[in-house]
Amino acid sequence: MKKTLLALAAATALAGLSAPATAEAMDKVKACFVYVGPVGDFGWSYQHDQGRLYAEEKLGDKLETAYLESVPEGSDAERAIERFARSGCNIIFTTSFGYMDPTNKIAKDFPDVKFEHATGYKREHANVATYDSKFFQGRYVLGQIAAKTSESGTAGYIASFPIPEVVQGINSFMLGAQSVNPDFKLKVVWVNTWFDPGKEADAAKALLDQGADILTQHTDSTAPMQVAAERGAKAFGQASDMIAFGPETQLTSIIDDWAPYYLERISAVLEGTWEQSATWAGMAEGHVVMAPYTNMPDDVKAMAEETAAKIKSGEFHPFTGPIMKQDGSEWLAEGQVAEDGELAGLNFYVKGIDDQLPQ
Amino acid sequence: MDMTQAIILTIMTAATPLLLAAIGELVVERSGVLNLGVEGMMIMGAVAAFAIAQITGSAGLGAIGGLIAGMLFSLLFGFLTLTLVANQVATGLALTILGLGLSGMIGEAFIGLPGLKLAAIEIPVLADIPFIGRLLFNQDPIFYMSIIAVIGVNWFLFKSRAGLRLRAIGDSHSSAHALGVKVVRTRYLAVMFGGACAGLAGAHLSIVYTPQWVENMTAGRGWIALALVVFASWRPTRVLAGAYLFGAVSIGQLHAQALGVGIPSQFLSALPYLATIAVLVIISLNRRMTLINTPASLGKSFVPER
Repeated sequence: MKKTLLALAAATALAGLSAPATAEAMDKVKACFVYVGPVGDFGWSYQHDQGRLYAEEKLGDKLETAYLESVPEGSDAERAIERFARSGCNIIFTTSFGYMDPTNKIAKDFPDVKFEHATGYKREHANVATYDSKFFQGRYVLGQIAAKTSESGTAGYIASFPIPEVVQGINSFMLGAQSVNPDFKLKVVWVNTWFDPGKEADAAKALLDQGADILTQHTDSTAPMQVAAERGAKAFGQASDMIAFGPETQLTSIIDDWAPYYLERISAVLEGTWEQSATWAGMAEGHVVMAPYTNMPDDVKAMAEETAAKIKSGEFHPFTGPIMKQDGSEWLAEGQVAEDGELAGLNFYVKGIDDQLPQ
Repeated sequence: MDMTQAIILTIMTAATPLLLAAIGELVVERSGVLNLGVEGMMIMGAVAAFAIAQITGSAGLGAIGGLIAGMLFSLLFGFLTLTLVANQVATGLALTILGLGLSGMIGEAFIGLPGLKLAAIEIPVLADIPFIGRLLFNQDPIFYMSIIAVIGVNWFLFKSRAGLRLRAIGDSHSSAHALGVKVVRTRYLAVMFGGACAGLAGAHLSIVYTPQWVENMTAGRGWIALALVVFASWRPTRVLAGAYLFGAVSIGQLHAQALGVGIPSQFLSALPYLATIAVLVIISLNRRMTLINTPASLGKSFVPER
């Protein structure tokens, strides 16, 4: 698939102006990226940058890239995106939820530039596409592993902000855990930041002090993994494979692989076939990849592999009823599967989570 | 180790880098210089400590390297503001921006490497005191240095002749100069002390707190340290109280969340800032005392008259 795309891109580039069908195709494209953290966070932004480098490697001379890192969400982002739009970028990837409104606002003024916003849901103009990955698929597998391996029956969850993506993750983790141990306990701590190694480490210590023996996080640094390693607990990596920070600690990690998507979308701009879309891909498309299962008994590993395979093939969906909401009312009936649209706006917990969701 | 001890230990770890950076900046500001580059000096200390620990295989050398890196970086600030008489506020801000960028560049090779941790030093006999022994006398060297720095600075500023001179410069550099005190030289030394403390605070982050290097890992702690100095009205003991209070409330709110107390987490996250400001403002309510403690020529450039 990738090869055909490349061949196509090369062919269209050679054909140039003589082929009317590819009149919009370009010889060279400039792709720009806005990151919320530093590219060296070894987590979220690092993985996006790996995707950028992959596209650069594959497209060679036909692609020029630029990026801005540690851009705060909100009005600063607006300026960063506008600067990119003015500086001749053909496609701009804005890679954090909080860039949603700024992206749409700037997109209105630059109809010829393509905008791609990660993890959001607003596409107010024809030149705005959104993309996201179904990380919750991986979280379900983590929950199962946690419930199987935990001795205290309690896991600690370091959460960033109460947005749907994070809530999906917590719910999916809990559903996975409950499928193994219905009485499993989950302690959630919100740190209100995506990236602060010190604070994430403090939260990790607090959770371990209160009886959790397995940690999982929805923040971007490797600090919680290190704390778990120091205390002899177990932990799951986040966004990238963090095994180097806990060779005897990491059970597995959900790896965000943006590379195939970035190559596909940038190639589409080159060919002139880019269209607005809302991509929400998961394990099946290779956007969500599980790191090797380590530091666990073979039967747990076999269970994890089986669940992941079922999710990947589409045989199983983590949000399959019966599922109760936290207050005990019914959300999904027996056999009912949650709609993507509903998950994209998820703002409540499932039953059994002992935390109040910040609103 | 019981849970109370574990919690107190976490608080001490969280407070140490704030305390060190703040006590250094306190001396700088007492000499009348406002260095807003604490964050930049801290991050340079963090990257240098991590890099040197990786290369030499010794976390101890890393800590020393962090201290020296912070000091050298502060010399740049000293040269610009004291020798070239540039604006202190602008130079300090530039120092922070430069530090964040430069550290990212230097540290690129060290991303994704697990770091070395500075080992704790157990002080014989004292470490055996029940409860507090393990907390106070079985700590990493940087913790001990932070406490020594507070006691030392308090003695230096209020009990020594040199400290009196330094405070005199901070209050009125022209008068001090007229009396024959070496204004620029003293300020250079103060700025270097501040840089060394900030560098060591950064080293604490990258080789004790979270032994790893990631860009921007100070995450605003330099700014908190700056605020602590002002709210503590330039008193070392209050800086100590403020740093530990800030640490205690930040850790306490995480525990409150894990226990599920049902207070909105956004409010809990803001609590360390609110609580620290409130308490320090209340203990500094005596306006006359605050006025006496405020260095009167803070942030003003000094050009010796010939």
